[in-house]
Amino acid sequence: MTSEQTSTTHAALDAGSPKRTRLPYYPGCTLKTTGKGLEDSALAVAETLGMELVELPRWNCCGVVTSLTDDDLMRHIAPIRNMVRVQEMSDAGLVDDKRVVTLCSMCFNALKWSNARIGGNAEDLKSINDFMYLEEDYRGDSEVVHFLEILKELDPEAIARQVKVPLGNLNVAPYYGCTLLRPKSIGIDDPENPTIQRKFLETMGATVIDNSYKTVCCGSYQTVPDKYAVAELTHDILSHARSAGAEAVTTFCPLCAFNLDNRQREVLEKHPDFEPMPVFYFTQLMAVAFGLNAECCRFDLNHTDPRPLLRGKKLMKEDA
Amino acid sequence: MSESKTMMERISESTRSLTTGVDSRDVEHWVTIYIMGRGYEVPADLTIMTAMEFAGYKLIRSCGCRQGFCGACATVFRREGQYKLESALACQTRVEDGMYLVQIPFSPAEAAYYDIESESYDYSVFSKHYPEVARCVSCNTCTKACPQDLEVMDYIQSAIKGDFESLAEQSFDCIQCGLCALRCPAEIVHYNVGHLGRRMFGRYGSPEPEHLKTRLAEMERGEFSSALDALVGASTKKLKELYAARVRESDE
Repeated sequence: MTSEQTSTTHAALDAGSPKRTRLPYYPGCTLKTTGKGLEDSALAVAETLGMELVELPRWNCCGVVTSLTDDDLMRHIAPIRNMVRVQEMSDAGLVDDKRVVTLCSMCFNALKWSNARIGGNAEDLKSINDFMYLEEDYRGDSEVVHFLEILKELDPEAIARQVKVPLGNLNVAPYYGCTLLRPKSIGIDDPENPTIQRKFLETMGATVIDNSYKTVCCGSYQTVPDKYAVAELTHDILSHARSAGAEAVTTFCPLCAFNLDNRQREVLEKHPDFEPMPVFYFTQLMAVAFGLNAECCRFDLNHTDPRPLLRGKKLMKEDA
Repeated sequence: MSESKTMMERISESTRSLTTGVDSRDVEHWVTIYIMGRGYEVPADLTIMTAMEFAGYKLIRSCGCRQGFCGACATVFRREGQYKLESALACQTRVEDGMYLVQIPFSPAEAAYYDIESESYDYSVFSKHYPEVARCVSCNTCTKACPQDLEVMDYIQSAIKGDFESLAEQSFDCIQCGLCALRCPAEIVHYNVGHLGRRMFGRYGSPEPEHLKTRLAEMERGEFSSALDALVGASTKKLKELYAARVRESDE
């Protein structure tokens, strides 16, 4: 990242300029289906903050899980093909930044890890470019960033100015999971004790509840073969947040969200005393704090409906 | 002597291809092609399909409309001196000197059975019937194999995103030859995924056309019954006359 890029992002926001900073944006498959609440709220929040997230044309699956096998280059084709799209967009002047913004933690991890792994190895980059001979060669110099990193570059005052509905009486525990943080070379914060969500939640006026389960794995894809194993993790993660005083948790990952939210059904089967807890996408709460139209939050897709909690706290209109 | 001349004429006559009607004496340019490993001299201006017939093959499979529409004549070939296996439709591609050819008679790929009325109009319909789509590594091998030049990988990615409209649009010209599925390292059956997606889009994603509603109502009222009965009762000769005299859109 160069200082010019950072200052461009700031300039558009500070000047309140009608021209928004255009950033390449990679959504990922889940954000187009069950994770629509993350995408729609994030796009609306970005717009409010003077940024336009421009969706990559012809993007494909991110590759999901980064292959750690040295010679398994096939698994890196999907992420690198997306990086070719970023390069094309940037070269064509369709965006103001060479860095592609991700929202889904899993996509962020897969793209950034592959980009670092292949972009940093001239021989493997050549192998992949040779294989993808119908595409232009990827130069290996585009970057992958997470939406939180973009928020971090903005002037905190400018974000604070957009807060119309302070989340004052809402006790929120930020949940991080794995893919935003690990491995350390890819993660965006301290893998042991991340705090990046805290700052923004505080800016929005929420009461931030820290707890040691914020980086415990949600069980990931084990949810497919063994949903009860995952339900136990969900129980532990949410119960710890609850006993620390939280009324809700936030996440950036559709898979964590599925395991923490939808698996509450299985948690209740095994632990009838468990008190269901809303799981927010981070940007859903930002949209609430910014007073944006609740439609962009797609709360209808949440398993544990967060609207009663928000209405009870007077953070959402009764009819919204 | 005259008897042996007749014999030579008969031998010469026998070299004329029965199906193409080309007399070898009239052919100026020849190429050598290899059909399933065996070499044949064939006229240079034939398609792969007619060249095979010229060589003496009688096609009972791998052959359909001969117009590039039905997708039955999927062919895999390699050019002499090249490493690359390429694919084409035999009825639409001209032979080249040194072509090594094999016909793909049929792809025994799975096609899902479903009741479209009881399927949900979202990504889950693909994960239910064709869960392999999630294995796509975006290698684009399917696209390279497509004789219709479709962006096959892109429409599989559209399926994964639950974007029925772009799937339907991108796969519209698919002729279901099956070459994509034969080449896919993730064992996806692209053309059947496309088929399912287009049906779902037709049923749930696109508006019901007004003219279709009107025409269906006309049929319900029996407005075409007598015309149809007349056709059913017509002789073959009459049918042929009617067919030859029909008005086509392209004639108007």
